[in-house]
Amino acid sequence: MTPVQIAELLKSKFGPAVTESLPQDKHPRVHTTGGHWRAIAEFLRGEPSLDFDWLGCLTAVDYVADNQLCAVYDLYSTTQRHWFAVKVFVDRDRPHIPSVMDIWPAADWHEREAYDLMGIVFDGHSDLRRILLPEDWVGHPLRKDYRFPREYHGIPGTTELDWQQQPEYPV
Amino acid sequence: MSWIENRFEEGLIVTQLDWAINWARKSSLWPMTFGLACCAIEMMAFGASRFDVDRFGAGAFRATPRQADLMIVAGTVTYKMASRVRRLYNQMPDPKYVIAMGACTVGGGPYFKYGYHVVKGVDLVVPVDVYVPGCPPRPEALIEGLMRLQDKITAQTIALPKGSKRAAREYQIPTPTPATV
Repeated sequence: MTPVQIAELLKSKFGPAVTESLPQDKHPRVHTTGGHWRAIAEFLRGEPSLDFDWLGCLTAVDYVADNQLCAVYDLYSTTQRHWFAVKVFVDRDRPHIPSVMDIWPAADWHEREAYDLMGIVFDGHSDLRRILLPEDWVGHPLRKDYRFPREYHGIPGTTELDWQQQPEYPV
Repeated sequence: MSWIENRFEEGLIVTQLDWAINWARKSSLWPMTFGLACCAIEMMAFGASRFDVDRFGAGAFRATPRQADLMIVAGTVTYKMASRVRRLYNQMPDPKYVIAMGACTVGGGPYFKYGYHVVKGVDLVVPVDVYVPGCPPRPEALIEGLMRLQDKITAQTIALPKGSKRAAREYQIPTPTPATV
């Protein structure tokens, strides 16, 4: 199926749960919110004409100006040979997205990474621990308002923190 | 630094012994097989046939810190890795030397400002003898660093430091008993 057809199918099936549809974009995708993601994911995997059986990538974006966090799911179907992406938006104050590790096992470590660096909590994940940083690390470093550590276990951190005090730096 | 150090007064017997000990030490520096990032690729070239660090006696890369004299910190040291680096250093037997290889280990390098996870110089974790800058340094640069470390070893002495308050009698050599017929 073409991205336009996929987007139309999703819009007809889920209606207002698809907040935005951009099938003509360089990165063909639809947008949704955390509460609707689980149903859409099950549909994308289970519908025979879509059959997205491969989670190519899972990344996260911090839209700090909109006070939103976003998880980006890039999906591919090895039988239908089409790509499509879904962006799942959540509130920055309550960043909870249902886990899809039972639908796509590849999501397991990807969700852990997104949790580690962006602080998105994937509800239903069986083992949501930090994957890259030490377990006692404070904060989620890829968030735009992250404050750098001045010290870690007795090792001094960077002394050049002026750039974090700039007015354009979000607090 | 070692079991024989600070046991003799300066000028007693050490002038030539120093030379022999230092020559032995600097000619058989065994590095630890220990690479953290891209600098390790250059360190492999430094050990391989083209640059051939065996010419300097430092080609015996040991797979355990217990047998190594030299730790070449080749690559970015993260905060998570820092405790492991320190532990490996502590496991090495004396005398031990450290070469900080590459911009990251010298002072954080490209991660100095925006790297939330990088130690701003490995000298905050272990004492460093020689710094080799570069990103990554050429193998020739690392050989130069090794030669500077050898120079540093040449200047070592097992004598008491000048002006040391430690009394010589502490390590008095017993006078030989007269031979009985």
